Amino acid sequence: MYVAGTYDVVIVGAGHAGCEAALAAARMGCRTLLATLNMDNIAMMPCNPAVGGPAKGHLVREIDALGGEMGINTDKACIQIRMLNTGKGPAVHALRAQTDKKVYQNLMKNTLENQQNLVVKQLLIDKILMNNSVVEGIETENGEVYLSKCVVIATGTYLKGRIILGEVAFDGGPNGQRSATKLSKSLLENGISLMRFKTGTPARVDRNTVDFSKMRIQPGDDQTHNFSFMSDIDTRQQVPCWLTYTNSKTHQIIRDNLHRAPLYMGIIEGTGPRYCPSIEDKVVRFQEKEAHQLFIEPEGLDTTEMYVQGMSTSLPVEVQYAFLRTIPGLENVEIMRPGYAIEYDCVDPLQLKATLEFKNIAGLFSAGQANGTSGYEEAAAQGLVAGINAALLVKNLPGLILGRSEAYIGVLIDDLVTKGTTEPYRIMTSRAEYRLILRQDNADLRLTEKGRLVGLVDDERFQRFCQKKLGIESTLKLLAETLVSPTPEMQTIMRTMGTAELRTGSSLYDLLRRTELNYDRLSQHFSLPDIPGNVSEQVEVTIKYEGYIKKQLAEVERAAKLEAKLLPPNIDYDKISGLSQEARQKLTKIRPLSVGQATRISGVSPADISILLVYLEQQRRMEL
Amino acid sequence: MYQEDTISAIATAVGDGGIGIIRLSGPESINYVNQIFRSASGKNTNELPSHFATYGYIIDPVSGVTVDEVLLLIMKKPRSYTREDVVEIHCHGGPMPLKRILELTLKAGARLAEPGEFTKRAFLNGRIDLSQAEAVIDIIRAKTDISLKMSVSHLSGVLSEKINDFRHELLRLIAHLEAAIDFPEDDIDEIAAKDVEKSVLDLSGELETMISTAQTGRILKDGLKTVIIGKPNVGKSSLLNSLLRETRAIVTDIPGTTRDIIEEYANIGGIPLRIIDTAGIRDTNDLVERIGVEKAWEMLDQADIVLFILDASLPLSEDDQKILSLIKNRKAIVLVNKSDLPEVIDMPEILKYVHDKPVINISALKGTGLDELSKAINEMVFSGQVKGSEGSFVSNVRHVNILEETKRSLCEVINTINAGMSPDFIVIDLRAAWQRLGEITGETVGEDIIDQIFSQFCIGK
Repeated sequence: MYVAGTYDVVIVGAGHAGCEAALAAARMGCRTLLATLNMDNIAMMPCNPAVGGPAKGHLVREIDALGGEMGINTDKACIQIRMLNTGKGPAVHALRAQTDKKVYQNLMKNTLENQQNLVVKQLLIDKILMNNSVVEGIETENGEVYLSKCVVIATGTYLKGRIILGEVAFDGGPNGQRSATKLSKSLLENGISLMRFKTGTPARVDRNTVDFSKMRIQPGDDQTHNFSFMSDIDTRQQVPCWLTYTNSKTHQIIRDNLHRAPLYMGIIEGTGPRYCPSIEDKVVRFQEKEAHQLFIEPEGLDTTEMYVQGMSTSLPVEVQYAFLRTIPGLENVEIMRPGYAIEYDCVDPLQLKATLEFKNIAGLFSAGQANGTSGYEEAAAQGLVAGINAALLVKNLPGLILGRSEAYIGVLIDDLVTKGTTEPYRIMTSRAEYRLILRQDNADLRLTEKGRLVGLVDDERFQRFCQKKLGIESTLKLLAETLVSPTPEMQTIMRTMGTAELRTGSSLYDLLRRTELNYDRLSQHFSLPDIPGNVSEQVEVTIKYEGYIKKQLAEVERAAKLEAKLLPPNIDYDKISGLSQEARQKLTKIRPLSVGQATRISGVSPADISILLVYLEQQRRMEL
Repeated sequence: MYQEDTISAIATAVGDGGIGIIRLSGPESINYVNQIFRSASGKNTNELPSHFATYGYIIDPVSGVTVDEVLLLIMKKPRSYTREDVVEIHCHGGPMPLKRILELTLKAGARLAEPGEFTKRAFLNGRIDLSQAEAVIDIIRAKTDISLKMSVSHLSGVLSEKINDFRHELLRLIAHLEAAIDFPEDDIDEIAAKDVEKSVLDLSGELETMISTAQTGRILKDGLKTVIIGKPNVGKSSLLNSLLRETRAIVTDIPGTTRDIIEEYANIGGIPLRIIDTAGIRDTNDLVERIGVEKAWEMLDQADIVLFILDASLPLSEDDQKILSLIKNRKAIVLVNKSDLPEVIDMPEILKYVHDKPVINISALKGTGLDELSKAINEMVFSGQVKGSEGSFVSNVRHVNILEETKRSLCEVINTINAGMSPDFIVIDLRAAWQRLGEITGETVGEDIIDQIFSQFCIGK
């Protein structure tokens, strides 16, 4: 055995999960190795050239608040930014950026290469080395061994990856890359159960062959935004996306060629995502729909490749040509890379703890698409958590687990390790019970202190955070203490501000509740300090939505009682009579940390929960 | 979740029995009983030995009146059913002494036990361990699974079916709103706030109806408080007897025989009635009888339903008219008894007084007209006209509470819509409503679930 190196943490895969995991572990002081099967494809975006959107944008903000990299990197690579859902409440405002893919990759690669404690190597991993359920390291295809206390699997769609395009299918990763063909076997040999999922991507077309005059322009927002609480970019050059629609001709071509669609030929075994269906799937499932919208999005500034969002497909290339050319603006389109489907192995996440460590294998973690999720943001979020927890394990410190009321990251991971997933999992704001608390604008207030505690938030970020927090608190206090009474002068001010006259004495805090008033308006008439926009935003949200926020906090408290009832790790569910067989099996497999988590396991009924509660109560009394 | 206070309840079956038992459990049970018990030997209750019966009297500490002669049994912890200090008061059977003694223990400081609370304490204190408690678990399973599967066809099954319909509709609204939130760039038909409002208002209305149905459910459990009223000797006791199909009250043809209140349970067309027979109402000089008459008036105030009996063989009297005017605003059924005798009473005159109340000809002695009576009672209960009074044995309050909470959430939804808030705010209370309703069908778990489970046991077991 040739031992090529010894590390604290080894990360297998340098996609969005792997990058965050590697940076987190290294920044927390661990000697870290990041293994990628191609140095040129680090942090690659094999699908859409965008980051963020509802819930996904929230995740990016949270990653940033904890000291992760995705937000900063996206801000730098951004070529268009939009705040979505601005017509709705602050909880669902969602930032979405179009990025220059190559710039994104190069920036991330550069950050990794210059990170202290971190080594990046091009290696294809064949084996995870274990001894007595404890991970020991990895072995490459060339037989080199890297020993390590912790290993994070972040293999994305590369585990036994298989590309399917019409009647053609071959082993490989996305974008003509190699796939990891042997690692699956090593995982299976170590008792890890795997699932087979599928995802797909649309064609990339040449912008020189697209007629944009037949499409609707979709520009970025006039006012720019940043994902990272550390970014101060206030102007950026933005390029537009373009909107167009399919029509009955498009659908007819697809229907005529369904017999050549791998999805309906039985070639694809893996389960695909429901919310991101291929165009052939959409046409079959929503037959009554006359047109599906699609966006033409730039893949970067220095390339003519454009991404055809909404047209994911694995139909043969000639069919792709035929249906694309029925679409207004794409009549003469040239495909640069065809769309395809990819099947891959992934880990059943029910085998993981909420720290993303395997329950039965000490030191082995798994993150990202390898855990059955989809999306760069979901991957990065898990990578960050796995990296942090691997480093904490190396340091012998307790793990970091975020609750469902603390972060979308908490919702994501709890869903994965409690409910598992039967299709590529995508985060959505509707998955969060406490959406109004988990806003993208307050991710730092929720998480930066936690990031600081684990040692990932540097001084500069922490100072910025403290300043903001202080600003919010002092402004709220000032507003509450500034009283106004219904004098004639005051009523004149009210009229000038376009709001109803005062009926009784009031405070500026109460005045700010009025829909038509905001902090800027008030400061024009009252002596209020000039505060940054991110502070006044928090102040306004806190005051204007106080009632709803309180309601959600009450719900959190209600649920917290069951979350606080911890289930001992050594509990023997076979010894608790009355549990249903299914509940017994699920509880034994998933080993929930609390009764609250147990309630979310499918197959565990309220009756089973009652029996657990009774059992716990008896145990408690026996100890007294 | 669990309070270590002292609880008290009637431990024997409701109705007449030779002996009745009131049971207390908790740290203060001996102290509380000490306030109302005087042993024949003059010993202080605190000094009585455990697991021995002591003869004595229950005395109302305020009036000094002796309520009953009793045997007192003290079982000190942990050698008791609940593993707490338990005191049992064995008194004479029949609802009155039991009720009065229970009231005295409550006045002394005990809390009325929730249904099943003794068993719950026994269980949680390890008196029964889980392996022995298969039966308990069976009940847990049965109770919660039943509500899930709606396997029962009785009222609660209908209820959960309806609740599931509600949840389905709420989920539809939520899904519509959520889709537009999570996929803002997809061309999804956004549901208009107006449509949400309409649906929510519809639901809210139905919920209101359901709350009254839930009360019907409670009636089915606790019995509908039914008061029989009428002049002396019109056949009140005969009616009671034919309803019970056995002789309980003393029936004579001497007016004023029933001098106390008689309480009985009967099952009329599936509806349990707690029937209270009253003394005949008339002006009287007989002191004992007068007390009875006063009590009758009192009972009338607490009745869920009043059965007013007239004598078909006599003309309508002043007393009758007085009663008719008294029951004007109550749920009442007018029974014209002795329909087997020649009719003297002026029927059109009665109909003038009774307004929309059902009038039924019966013969309590021959048992005719009882089917019509049963139908009329059923009608009143299931149409939601009759609502159970706040009895102290209410066991299904939880459901009503949840329904009311849900209704409040729906009100909030309407407020949010009217305030012009965006869909993500509307969803907050829609979700809360959906969540709460699931606690009835057992699909979502509330923190109080263990209390719910144990409340399914009979009281005082």
